[in-house]
Amino acid sequence: MDALCLDCCTAFDALPVRCPSCFGRRLISHTDLSSLTIAHVDCDAFYAAVEKRDNPTLRDKPLIIGGTSNRGVVSTACYIARMHGVHSAMPMYKARKLCPSATIIPPNMATYREVSRQIRAYFHALTPSVEPLSIDEAFLDLTGTRALHRAPASVLLARLARDIERDIGITVSIGLSHNKFLAKLASDLDKPRGFSVIGRAETQDKLAPMPVTKIYGVGKATFRALQKDGLTTIGQLQSMEDTLLVRRYGSIGLRLARLARGEDDRSVSARSTAKSVSSERTLSHDLRDLGALQDKMWRACEQVSHDLKAKGIAATTLTLKLKTSGHRSLTRSKSLSDPTQLARRMYEELLPMLAKCADGTPYRLIGVGASKFSDAKLADPVDLAAPERERQKRLENAVDALRDRFGPDSIALGRGYKGKPGKPGKQ
Amino acid sequence: MKVSIERSALLKSLGHVQSVVERRNTIPILSNVLLEAGGGRLGLTATDLDITIVEETEASVQADGATTVSAHTLFDIVRKLPDGADVSLTLEDGERLLVESGRSRFRLAALDRQDFPTMSEGDLPYRFTLAAEELKRLIDKARFAISTEETRYYLNGIYLHVAEDGDVATLRAVATDGHRLAQVEQDVPDGATGMPGIIVPRKTVGEIRKLIDEVDTGIDISLSDTKIRFGFGGVVVISKLIDGTFPDYTRVIPQGNDKEMQIDGKLFAEAVDRVSTISSDKTRSVKLALDDDLLTLSVTSPDSGTATEELAAAYSAGAMEIGFNSKYLLDILGQIEGETASLHLADPASPTVLRDSMDTGALYVLMPMRV
Repeated sequence: MDALCLDCCTAFDALPVRCPSCFGRRLISHTDLSSLTIAHVDCDAFYAAVEKRDNPTLRDKPLIIGGTSNRGVVSTACYIARMHGVHSAMPMYKARKLCPSATIIPPNMATYREVSRQIRAYFHALTPSVEPLSIDEAFLDLTGTRALHRAPASVLLARLARDIERDIGITVSIGLSHNKFLAKLASDLDKPRGFSVIGRAETQDKLAPMPVTKIYGVGKATFRALQKDGLTTIGQLQSMEDTLLVRRYGSIGLRLARLARGEDDRSVSARSTAKSVSSERTLSHDLRDLGALQDKMWRACEQVSHDLKAKGIAATTLTLKLKTSGHRSLTRSKSLSDPTQLARRMYEELLPMLAKCADGTPYRLIGVGASKFSDAKLADPVDLAAPERERQKRLENAVDALRDRFGPDSIALGRGYKGKPGKPGKQ
Repeated sequence: MKVSIERSALLKSLGHVQSVVERRNTIPILSNVLLEAGGGRLGLTATDLDITIVEETEASVQADGATTVSAHTLFDIVRKLPDGADVSLTLEDGERLLVESGRSRFRLAALDRQDFPTMSEGDLPYRFTLAAEELKRLIDKARFAISTEETRYYLNGIYLHVAEDGDVATLRAVATDGHRLAQVEQDVPDGATGMPGIIVPRKTVGEIRKLIDEVDTGIDISLSDTKIRFGFGGVVVISKLIDGTFPDYTRVIPQGNDKEMQIDGKLFAEAVDRVSTISSDKTRSVKLALDDDLLTLSVTSPDSGTATEELAAAYSAGAMEIGFNSKYLLDILGQIEGETASLHLADPASPTVLRDSMDTGALYVLMPMRV
């Protein structure tokens, strides 16, 4: 088979002008369609798509999901808003300027997580080898599933996209290739509602004109280093000797050389789950006072603690993240002697680091991260020097139970309580 | 200032005071030892601003006076002089200290004594005397558990206080790092009643322990809630205390651990040491499997292999398995003087109490590890 109809998922040996069975025009053709098995599936403007699905009046209007204050940041912009130049990670005031008619909605993470879970169930129906990258994208390894599903991977993926769109109401874009790096690149080539393929033979040629920033791991710093040396396209990297790249850029040089040729031997690993849990917030105005920052940090600790408890894991490394008003990021990390789930303990461990950073510098963002996970059973063992820990554990568990029952704002612990009443009588 | 002194006397005194001087100092004069000659004695003082050690020794003083020179340099010079030599120290025009002995001659840069920081003792209302042996015991059996964790600075020392249990009051030294805890107690000496609970910093504990190693007289201790002073045989040590609140450790000492095992402490320690050879550096855990009058130690390391050893023990509270950090366990067993160590266990996740058959005033608590 060399061609495939994305609408009715019929495979053909040669590319027709229109699909002979459904008369659709969404046809793709590629000589490797029946042999490639590594896919990257990415939801199109995920948050915005969910919101539009749930509120059809928004369908034909520009929609932005993100923090609604001027200091907020765009999480997702729908494709209409993108036509105005809005993109994710853009400051909200800028997005407003570019697209004044846009509707702005704060994210409803609980809903998105639920939709994400539904989509993931479709992935798992195809293969156990699903590696979620984030809430709205995942790698799928469909190697060896042909006999089971009686269809090549490309057909399965076309059906997957069709089914998700039909049943869940979200469109996805699919990249199909022979490794993860290329699959992810491919899914980005034909968005939204796309399906693109990078075959083995054409790998180098397809990569050659792309900018080096398409290689994962090439961030600002590496890009600057490469740019200084006149290397801006992947093709230029392909023409360099491996040894030269290694000598010039160190260990990352070897990666550059291999990825530039489209070589990537990482396997799709279902087990690779999240490596960190974090909560961060851009503040509505800059804060420099320790007391005020402490309050924000407490909130973040509570959120991280909540997420850890929900996942049944505990973290051994804690990270404090701050961003100055000048957009300089600071991170401070600390390893604990044993893993924790407790907001209170995180707060106390991070406090000395926050105190050091609170030297009068105004900060625009504060966040708390937790990593190096272990099982919740190992969390917060009895500490002979902290006799209050057992009580703290019981207290937090009680608070969590109340929140699960009556909502997250039903009860606040000292520092987090801002006297903010809900509706009187409702709580 | 001009003073002559026998080399060994000077070496001993210098040796005592110089150890408090930090190797690296941002304030130059803190590297120095203050020398004060007068009244037939030479006084030596060194400080790191937290601890001050003063020692006086007999000397033949030809001219009164005082100056400061590098403590480590002077100590090294005196150390290298031949045994039995006489040393003469002469201050030349206030800037150089001439050190002469036999045919050796050194001129050391001196800093004015006016700049040497003095630490005021302040009012030390509580005074009592402990025999050197008593103080050694309190320190030795508690210090291994002192924490080095900086965030919980209040654990970086020994908590010395008078504990009242019903009508019985005891003087207690307690240290913990959260994983293990040591509690040593003795009768309250006269004058200590009513003293505040104080946290003596780790460095002070170490210095005092070194200084009293060969002392067998009484140690005069006086203290307030911010400072402590130790006096014995011509030596005075004044130290600041850690300004913090020691946790209420009594709440973590288990009271109802009813599974008791009695075992030869020495054999136990040797066996733990042997099997832990296998354990990887990071976890160092050793598993104890208890059964009727039998203890089986085992270590499994994914990298290097396995080890097991069986020991006879008096135990009849039902089979159980529990894991410990072998180093922590050895630290505690190293403090056991008597033949028998007794372990009081509850379950594999709860703290275990260890006691010494010879010294009932010492108690250790150890957190288990998951194995």
